[in-house]
Amino acid sequence: MSKQKAPRHKMRVGIGDRIISVITYIVYSLFAFVCVYPFYYIFINSISANNLSEKGKVLFWPLQIHFTNYVNVLKIPDLFNALKVSVGRTVVGTVLTVLFSAFLGYMFTRETLWHRKFWYRFVVVTMYFNAGIIPWFITMLNLGLTNNFWGYIWPAVVQPFYIVLCKTFVESVPRELQEAAEIDGAGTLTIFFRVMLPVIKPILATIAIFAAVAQWNSFQDTLLLMTDKRLYTLQFVLYQYINQANSLRGLVNNASGTIDLAASLAKAQTATSIRMTVTILVVTPIILVYPIFQRFFVKGIMIGAVKG
Amino acid sequence: MRLLENKRKIRSLREFLYILPFLAIVAIFSYYPLYGWFYAFFDYKPPFPLTWDRFVGFKWFYTMVSNEVRITQLLEVLRNTFAISGISLFFSWFPMVFAVFLNEIKCTKFKKFVQTVTTLPNFISWVLVYSIAYSIFSSTGAVNTVAMSLGLLDEPKVFLASADHVWFKMWLWLTWKNAGWAAIMYIAAIAGIDEELITAAKVDGASRMKIIWHITIPCLLPTYFVIVMLNLANFLSNGFEQFYVFQNAFNKDYIQVLDLYVYNLAMGNGGYSLSVAVSIFKSVVSIVLLCTTNGLSKLVRGQGFI
Repeated sequence: MSKQKAPRHKMRVGIGDRIISVITYIVYSLFAFVCVYPFYYIFINSISANNLSEKGKVLFWPLQIHFTNYVNVLKIPDLFNALKVSVGRTVVGTVLTVLFSAFLGYMFTRETLWHRKFWYRFVVVTMYFNAGIIPWFITMLNLGLTNNFWGYIWPAVVQPFYIVLCKTFVESVPRELQEAAEIDGAGTLTIFFRVMLPVIKPILATIAIFAAVAQWNSFQDTLLLMTDKRLYTLQFVLYQYINQANSLRGLVNNASGTIDLAASLAKAQTATSIRMTVTILVVTPIILVYPIFQRFFVKGIMIGAVKG
Repeated sequence: MRLLENKRKIRSLREFLYILPFLAIVAIFSYYPLYGWFYAFFDYKPPFPLTWDRFVGFKWFYTMVSNEVRITQLLEVLRNTFAISGISLFFSWFPMVFAVFLNEIKCTKFKKFVQTVTTLPNFISWVLVYSIAYSIFSSTGAVNTVAMSLGLLDEPKVFLASADHVWFKMWLWLTWKNAGWAAIMYIAAIAGIDEELITAAKVDGASRMKIIWHITIPCLLPTYFVIVMLNLANFLSNGFEQFYVFQNAFNKDYIQVLDLYVYNLAMGNGGYSLSVAVSIFKSVVSIVLLCTTNGLSKLVRGQGFI
């Protein structure tokens, strides 16, 4: 940067600026390429001939396009089940998180609420501490939430950050709206469902996208809580597939339960094709939902930034 | 009057009842686990409940540094944690510069495109990042194939299962994932800069670099300062998932950071109690760091960030 600052006549400023322009365009094109190409690479590999993708021959465009990988991958029972678990937790988790955040955000603006300030702090302060994974795991064990679908849901549904976002938004809504409803005899809950929910939709969309992405991406909770195969998520299964492909040779000599999986993978498809196809399967929902909601989360982070 | 007062009281209690279930959830999942810290002072064997005859005091805290092997291990873990956090801190200006020069691009479509695609990786999980890393950098991956066909490499180079430059590679992956997202904050701050300031500078004949250096960057420094403080406060917490998914037998000595060490101790030979002791140690240092940086922030900016 300091080089560009070297003394220069005012007349030649334009040339310097133009050079900077060219460099910026090149550098940012590179950035964009580095971010896009991996996804593209994996996608073209997942639809190319499996024997070619296995040898790394597919680089820039798909070769011998076919879509049987996607059909075959969904036939693996574990994987289809993992898809169901992932979709299930994302839907249930998101709906509950959004509803609860909206309700609590609204309730914490009610001045009539008993010891409102104290309870608000009681919730918000949990953003700043964390007991650690082992105490958390033991808690979940004691509550019977290990190997239990609800272990994915209950710890995630009351999030102080989302509550702060909602509360801020509710506060920006004109008070007259609530007062008018109150004069008409509406109770606390009626005001929430009939008046508030429709008005605070924009912030709820932001929270929904955050919560859905978090649920879909979550990996650590499966790792800690679930030993039951039927509760594995797509993320977890993908991780297993990568590692099995990673040590496929080692697995042959290793007398563990994972052998049959590795063997069946090798028979039906190549390890590479499965890995690539599952990766695309896992990433697609994010990519689909991302552009639609981009404007929402940019707004969301701004509110968070102002508040935080 | 009395009646009205009572009515109000009943209403306020009823509203409290509405939120009580949610307060219970918070209590159960955020406060109750804190009780698990007691495990650090007991000799805890998983299936049995805690009893006082298993009380061992500070034994596990001594165990952490009891023998050569443990000391070396802890030092190694601290070294990795410090190195990875240090690199992040050292390059923490990167998203700011990224945002500043992105803002210089005149073509709105290109700008939008770059911003969109560089933010995307923030929304995928570390498992997916690892899957991408594996696809691109494995022996039959894109990088090795291209390098070999260009004659740059004679045989595939092992990128992931190697102990070379682990810290830097981890920083690169973190940046790949987060830089675009982190830049959003700065892009918003740039949008808030007074247009007149820039026009005045242009009238005075300032070049774009000069405007960036003397107007844009100084306007962004307060935001940057907060980010640095947050980085410092989280110095010991590099996260868990990234290092868990990227760890393997070859890079283990360089990738094991505190968060991962806590997990590996609990699942491996260390046992729960020792693991909790390490995590308490981490928390205590983190609280000290947080208070220090918050105090520092108050001193410099006149306000804290928590």
